[in-house]
Amino acid sequence: MTQHSTPLVEVRNLGFRRGSRVIYDDISLTIPRGKVTAIMGPSGIGKTTLLKLIGGQLVPDSGEVLFDGQNVHSASRSQLFEMRKRMSMLFQSGALFTDMNVFDNVAFALREHTQLSEEIIRTLVLMKLEAVGLRGAADLVPNELSGGMQRRAALARAIALEPEMVMYDEPFAGQDPISMGVLVKLIRELSHALNLTSVVVSHDVAEVMSIADYVYVIAEKQVIARGTPDELRGATDNAQLMQFLQGEPDGPVPFHFPAKDFSEELANGAG
Amino acid sequence: MGLVDRIASLGRSAIDMVAGLGRAGLMLWGAVFRVPRIRKGTPLLVKQIYVVGVQSMVIVLVSGLFIGMVLALQGYTILVDFGTEESLGPMVALSLLRELGPVVTALLFAGRAGSALTAEIGLMKSTEQLSSLEMMAIDPLRQVIAPRFWAGVISMPLLALMFTAVGIFGGHLVGVEWKGIDHGSFWSILQASVEWRQDIVNCLIKSTAFAVVVTWIALYRGYQVIPNPEGISRATTQTVVQSSLAVLALDFLLTAIMFG
Repeated sequence: MTQHSTPLVEVRNLGFRRGSRVIYDDISLTIPRGKVTAIMGPSGIGKTTLLKLIGGQLVPDSGEVLFDGQNVHSASRSQLFEMRKRMSMLFQSGALFTDMNVFDNVAFALREHTQLSEEIIRTLVLMKLEAVGLRGAADLVPNELSGGMQRRAALARAIALEPEMVMYDEPFAGQDPISMGVLVKLIRELSHALNLTSVVVSHDVAEVMSIADYVYVIAEKQVIARGTPDELRGATDNAQLMQFLQGEPDGPVPFHFPAKDFSEELANGAG
Repeated sequence: MGLVDRIASLGRSAIDMVAGLGRAGLMLWGAVFRVPRIRKGTPLLVKQIYVVGVQSMVIVLVSGLFIGMVLALQGYTILVDFGTEESLGPMVALSLLRELGPVVTALLFAGRAGSALTAEIGLMKSTEQLSSLEMMAIDPLRQVIAPRFWAGVISMPLLALMFTAVGIFGGHLVGVEWKGIDHGSFWSILQASVEWRQDIVNCLIKSTAFAVVVTWIALYRGYQVIPNPEGISRATTQTVVQSSLAVLALDFLLTAIMFG
């Protein structure tokens, strides 16, 4: 069996709770190599949590996560760090180091993890910045960049060590149409050019459907649908999925937060 | 709320407290008991010594000068009644070395540098910079916490010595220059009564102990912050309150051991 036919990440029967709130109940999914896999779902269901579970920052209550066949959560700290050098994560806020300029941000992991000379690091950093169109902004500090530019700089940092996998946490949230378009293009092109495995967590349906090879839709602690974007669009019998894809305010996912009967609550208002 | 509930909540807060101490201990352990990285760690340490130590010098020196002057003035008015104003030198020097130097420096340090450390680490946490280090396979305890901890532990004893030196100079200004105590006797009695082991070494021990406590609390409060504006404001307040109280309590304990 060739290595490429096995998935890069396997999530098996994962359960996770925060306090008494169950976030995931027995969730399983696989992330194939070299493809763009999207994980969609309404806000607040813990999509970011899933990425943190895959990255080993959070420990699940049950189940396991395998990265290239290795269990992320039973690995020793040094094994985990070795795995993390092969994956990287683009945080929603960008999470650039605010005390360094863009160049040093991108160079940071190279300086920490490689023995490369400063000259080679400079070349590599400029290449990454060129790829995201920010070579001219190398000397700016993160505060001087717009939100979209910060995310692009963070993307350059995320691919600095040439990882096998990049996890994007809500890459499109809060972006104007132009920077959204730029990010869609970048994610697609970088994935193909570097043969990256990409995991995109998002609730922006149109953008995700345009770049994903395979989509998981999560709601109510479970995977409610999976398939290629075309398969999902065709699954008209799945009411919950259709509500999400078409953005209808009410449906299987109710508009109202669970509450007492309205007329009863009004009538009892005085008491 | 029934009695059982009250007992349960008492127990819960006790468990939370012990768990918090455990987490703080683990953080310190992870940051401090590691093989140091000379090449990469040194620039980080130097930068933090500048931020934590050098930038605290102004407030420490100015406070030291005024406290020394006030101490001398108060001491002089008392001593002169007994005709023992010549002993002003040792009075000022010993008060500063044994108590005021380490304690006031630690309190100033908690307000000036401790709160800044908490806010900085707290903001790094809430902007996901610490998470991002983790995901880059870099241990934030090593990269962020350790240099700040060592910077605090190195800086504070030095600041306490500077505080004391400037304070004695302030005492000299008031006692000798203003009140006219004899220059020679001020310094010679002072020199004769300050002992290396009893006074100066104890001053450094106290100050190092305070440095560990204050820096540790500041870093832990930042590291455990609830990542929102209210959380950061609470954490900085807690840093100042808890480290000040810890310093005063620890001071009593150390004084009892050293001089009791």
